[in-house]
Amino acid sequence: MKIRTLDDLQQIGQEGTELLYPKKTKIIVGLGTCGEATGAGEVLDAISQEVENQKLDVVISPTCCIGFCQKEPLVDILQPGWPRISYGEMTPERGRELIAALARGEFKKEWALAKIEQEEYLVEDRVWRYPQDSPPNELDEVPTYEQLPFYKKQRKIAMRNCGFIDPENIEEYIARGGYRTLYRVLKEFSPEQVIAEVTKSGLRGRGGAGFPTGRKWDICRKAAGDIKYVICNGDEGDPGAYMDRSILEGDPHSVLEGMIIGAYAIGAREGYAYVRAEYPLAVKNIGRAIEQAEGYGLLGENIFDSGFDFAIRLDRGAGAFVCGEETALIAALEGRVGEPRLRPPYPAQSGLWDKPTNINNVETWANVPAIIARGADWYSQYGTETSKGTKVFSLVGKIENTGLVEVPMGITLREIVYDVGGGIPDGKRFKAVQTGGPSGGCVPEQFLDLPVDFERLTEVGAIMGSGGLIVMDEDTCMVDVAKYFVDFLRRESCGKCTSCREGIKRMHEILARVCEGEGKDGDLELLEELAEVVRDASLCGLGTTAPNPVLTTMRYFRDEYEAHIKEGRCPACVCKTLVSYYIIPDKCEACLICLRNCPPEAISGGKNQIHVIDQSKCTKCGACFDVCPPRFAAVKRISGEPVPAAVPPKERVLVRAKR
Amino acid sequence: MEVDRVDQIVEAYGGEKRALIGILHDTQTQYGYLPREAMQRIAEKVGIPLSHALRVASFYAAFGFEPRGRHLINACLGTTCHVRGMGGILGRIETALGIGAGETTADRRFTVEIVRCLGCCSLAPVMRIDEKTYGRLRQDKVEDILGKFG
Repeated sequence: MKIRTLDDLQQIGQEGTELLYPKKTKIIVGLGTCGEATGAGEVLDAISQEVENQKLDVVISPTCCIGFCQKEPLVDILQPGWPRISYGEMTPERGRELIAALARGEFKKEWALAKIEQEEYLVEDRVWRYPQDSPPNELDEVPTYEQLPFYKKQRKIAMRNCGFIDPENIEEYIARGGYRTLYRVLKEFSPEQVIAEVTKSGLRGRGGAGFPTGRKWDICRKAAGDIKYVICNGDEGDPGAYMDRSILEGDPHSVLEGMIIGAYAIGAREGYAYVRAEYPLAVKNIGRAIEQAEGYGLLGENIFDSGFDFAIRLDRGAGAFVCGEETALIAALEGRVGEPRLRPPYPAQSGLWDKPTNINNVETWANVPAIIARGADWYSQYGTETSKGTKVFSLVGKIENTGLVEVPMGITLREIVYDVGGGIPDGKRFKAVQTGGPSGGCVPEQFLDLPVDFERLTEVGAIMGSGGLIVMDEDTCMVDVAKYFVDFLRRESCGKCTSCREGIKRMHEILARVCEGEGKDGDLELLEELAEVVRDASLCGLGTTAPNPVLTTMRYFRDEYEAHIKEGRCPACVCKTLVSYYIIPDKCEACLICLRNCPPEAISGGKNQIHVIDQSKCTKCGACFDVCPPRFAAVKRISGEPVPAAVPPKERVLVRAKR
Repeated sequence: MEVDRVDQIVEAYGGEKRALIGILHDTQTQYGYLPREAMQRIAEKVGIPLSHALRVASFYAAFGFEPRGRHLINACLGTTCHVRGMGGILGRIETALGIGAGETTADRRFTVEIVRCLGCCSLAPVMRIDEKTYGRLRQDKVEDILGKFG
């Protein structure tokens, strides 16, 4: 059927509501890429098998990432009359036990992460409450979703549906208020009104540069020409950022609805979704979403009988970081090599096929329906003076609670790292947080109270970028990190500008040398000089921002550079050439684990024989350090000092203290 | 190689020059790499010089001109994977298989390629083998995982 009226939407929404909250028990398994990578597929198989064994009459449904990746695989159970219960860190075994408990009318309190008593239908400004007729008393001891420190400071706007709907069902999206904003826009708003609202909201592009979205739309609308295009930039290339993948996988229709609204405002009849091929599930889910929207007439001709036509075509990226830059992305869409070109003219004036083109990234598009539905004033209540709304960050690296967090702009890094993220694991010290991908910088501890917005991050030499926050602890070498980014950019430079192609390469050579203990006086000055040239003489953002990771690490962690150059020491014990591995005889319990896991067989020892590393055979792969049980912590990394002499063979017999 | 199959792929995209990257993707899915004959046929059908098709194909990291092994290992070297020790894991994979990144084992069982971020940063270090993603890797798990692929 084609959806033409509000009643049609209502009817499909009703079908969605029945899928969301069936009359019988529903088991929801998080099958986003994060879930799958931790074995959610096996958990699903185990659960399905047990459901069959127990002959239970239940519905099993997939969903995607709710953001709490640390606790994946996640399984939620909705029992009629109970709140929804989320279980974390599931295994096939636990999955089976969970179902067995369900069959007995019980629940597994010890694995319950949280209960969800109500869900916010954000675009409709209402709340869906789970009926609570007969929840067991023990459920009182399970925190609600909002009480978890991980979620307490979050405000979900762009990710409003992620983890709450089955992304394969457009009906569930519609049930939660989806496509109603589009209906209102097409029936009640002029294109100018839409642009005015988006402008007023203060929304800025979430892909990196933070250009005001409303202004971008306005320029494109006013550009001469009848044919215009809108593009969704799903080429999320910054390593460490994955919110766009998660939105495309978990709530693709929010992106489509945003794009249709944007197209109407700009006057485009064709759109392109460009999604990187490294995200197969995202490609699949957005592709299916486009087909479903076409099936219901939400894409195509005469949408909602308004006379407005719009079609979206899906294109896959092919592994080129530079294609996140808009002119390079356009080149790729035209079937060409993804090389950026000089701007102006900006794509808003002359873009795809030389027509005015508006490009926004996934997260930006997903915000649009919520902004129009709730109004600019509602949206701009969140955030700072210059950066309105919320931003999704991927909180990863050396952090206790890793995952996707959507927080109001202006929150401090400290709140993100310690309150939401739960701090640094294993009692280690915080060293820096890297923001903005290869164009960004490393923010040190002294700026932890910095309110996060576009301007503040730029002031300290970093950038917002697409929202990757990679937390680094004392075991991260900042010179190695700088080398990593320069290596990344060296490979990804398209080669058009000499300064970028050659300059980054030379910077990499210097950094590689420093990491190998071969650095010399004058290297840091040379790096600074090269950085200046690369920044000033390159055309696109890849080159002009390439020196950022080097410059910020040199600014804030100069002592680490100097330790490498002057003392041949890597303070974090990361740079292979400068590090040795040593087994502390007094701590070694002769458990054989490192010995068995040493690829070059450099460790000698045996049962009750203290293990010793033969330094001449050691390849410094670090396997022994990784596998030595933390309760022994016998393997030590040493840098800048000689390795203690090995215990003579006669003295290697382990004398165990009597317990 | 059957040119018919290439023709079908090109036609599915309406023979459009702009769809070259999509055509290359599907051709690579079909053959596991981009055979020279296929490149020639694509260029002919789409109406561009072979040199142009090759330039585009060689620019993008996703495309390869050499046959791959039965299983493709995508070792993620995104930032998070890097700081969480993927270097050591990759070394372990390379040692176990006796090949370096970008190479294929003599028995054609595996090809190892480096990819810059699979977007599973929360579970770093991560690798993908064919369709399956493995997170929270540890050096001592590598051989077991590889053993699952014949």
